[in-house]
Amino acid sequence: MTTETPGGGGALLRVRDLKTYFVTEHGKGTARAVDEVSFDLYPGETLGIVGESGCGKTVTSLSILRLIPEPPGHILPGSLIEFEGRNLLALPAPELRAVRGNQIAMIFQEPMTSLNPVFTVGDQIAEAAIIHQHLSRGAARARAIEMLQLVGIPDPGERVDHYPHQLSGGMRQRVMIAMALVCHPKVLIADEPTTALDVTIQAQILELLGRLQKELGMAVLLITHDLGVVAGHADRVVVMYAGRVVETAQTDELFDHPTHPYTEGLLAAVPRIDAPRARLHAIPGQVPAATAWPTGCRFRPRCPYAWDKCLTEPPLLETGTPGHTARCWLVTEPARRQASR
Amino acid sequence: MTLVDVRDLVKHYAGTRSWFGLGPAQPPVRAVDGVSFSIASGRTLGLVGESGSGKTTVGRTMLRLQEPTAGKVLFAEHDVFALDAARLRALRRRMQIVFQDPYSSLNPRMTVEETLREPLQIHGLHGQVSALLDEVGLDAAFAKRYPHELSGGQRQRVGIARALSVEPQFVVCDEPVSALDVSVQAQVLNLLADLQARRRLTYLFIAHDLAVVRHIADDVAVMYLGKLVERAPAAEIYAQPRHPYTRALLSAIPEPNPRATKRRIVLAGDIPSPAHPPSGCPFHPRCPHPSKSERCRTEPPPLREITPGHLAACHYAAEPM
Repeated sequence: MTTETPGGGGALLRVRDLKTYFVTEHGKGTARAVDEVSFDLYPGETLGIVGESGCGKTVTSLSILRLIPEPPGHILPGSLIEFEGRNLLALPAPELRAVRGNQIAMIFQEPMTSLNPVFTVGDQIAEAAIIHQHLSRGAARARAIEMLQLVGIPDPGERVDHYPHQLSGGMRQRVMIAMALVCHPKVLIADEPTTALDVTIQAQILELLGRLQKELGMAVLLITHDLGVVAGHADRVVVMYAGRVVETAQTDELFDHPTHPYTEGLLAAVPRIDAPRARLHAIPGQVPAATAWPTGCRFRPRCPYAWDKCLTEPPLLETGTPGHTARCWLVTEPARRQASR
Repeated sequence: MTLVDVRDLVKHYAGTRSWFGLGPAQPPVRAVDGVSFSIASGRTLGLVGESGSGKTTVGRTMLRLQEPTAGKVLFAEHDVFALDAARLRALRRRMQIVFQDPYSSLNPRMTVEETLREPLQIHGLHGQVSALLDEVGLDAAFAKRYPHELSGGQRQRVGIARALSVEPQFVVCDEPVSALDVSVQAQVLNLLADLQARRRLTYLFIAHDLAVVRHIADDVAVMYLGKLVERAPAAEIYAQPRHPYTRALLSAIPEPNPRATKRRIVLAGDIPSPAHPPSGCPFHPRCPHPSKSERCRTEPPPLREITPGHLAACHYAAEPM
């Protein structure tokens, strides 16, 4: 676990004031999907990004690799994504390609749609090694077999010639991981890597990711809606809501002392197997549309503590304890929390 | 009093033929392979399993949305599989289903009001659409909206209102919250619990998530490859699971607690295909039980009572793991 605090030096990836907007059809306005998002990723750590659908976590990860389709999307000037001192948003295409898939790799949620059905898995794993590391076809094939072995696929020498449809969902996700790791990236972005999988297969894949991270020493950006996955696998957590970071903390600290009412509500809403049968705590309402975020605090319409200040003044990310920040006026006026209970 | 009684339910799908239908027939897919359980009036049975376990097929076959291969379902003493079309239709009023995907189970060209009125007309009932909407926590203004104007949670509320419109006694809830975000999932689970209390409903709650089932079910049945592997009162199965598959499933749930120190059983391998189930105990190739033996490979374990009311299909269910 990293002991460095956010904002200091030594970050591998720095995201500052990232704004990714989408122009919607039928003139419904601009969707501010990601709106001033900032965080750091340190070498070797796992940073969890949690939030529900529509909070902007996937758009954030796609923005880092500049995979946002333009139009309708665009990353606004003033946004910064710095990897080893270089702003990825300003890199010319050839230099960006040398980073993408090589030093920063990504695995996606849906292994079936992100593998090409007409190429063998071996070809798809070898492709990145041929492009980025200039391996010969033979050497790349040997590397592909090595990678399949690494991700725990039985009979890798045989599986290397299989097509995606011949593999189960869990196997495909292992192939995706092999593809992403073939160039030994420094950063792995894992976007809901286990959401499409059954729970026993999810456990296998999460264990595999943890083992590979230790062996290869990479940093992992783990994007998920599942607080259980974050609790077990992240060192630090960024909670997103309505296109913004609403809370950041070390994982233990976040679960022990959730500060933002959204984090608090989310933790209370998770069904637990160790709790007796009881009514669940539900957050009223739903995530608003990205074209019409509420004024002031964006969580205000669903917040049990909101007062008039929250309607007019958008809260800033305030530091409560070192390393723990929350975008909520309760950080500066904690007495309000008791008052409205 | 037992409301629903399922006896030895079997549903096989004919294997497809390769070579554009000219090749040899593949073995049948044994989606449901001899499942028995009963649900008492006003209770909830949670039916849990991973993809391919056959849990959805059980729910649909019970309502005869699919014809069974064999077996019997008694609903309030009626033999569901023996009814003619007219009687089946009359009985359908009393047993309804809420589907998993609120996006594909609502007609996109019908307003909420039309969707809710249709079952009332079919069964010649005089229900109030506004009262139904109110009961599922939707404003009366939603009556004029189309599905695309609703969020996932709102659509699922409409799906629930549609099932309730004909005043059923029994509702099959087929993964009703798995497509929803966690905060909305909690809203819908609470709604289902409230409706059950108010209308004295009986539920078959089908889910892949044991944590969700914990909050709604009185009894839990676990399926694996078309068979029930364990069945017990909910409190009992969570405190003392007997089948190694149930133990592994419970241990694999990621707990929202960074200090959780439970021992995780990570199962090796994938779920086998229901067209080629393993011999003997269907779970034996993945089973982590230390007592696993040759017997597991050859002899299918029956679902037997381990302690009163607690059934498990494992030769070694009574031994510690």
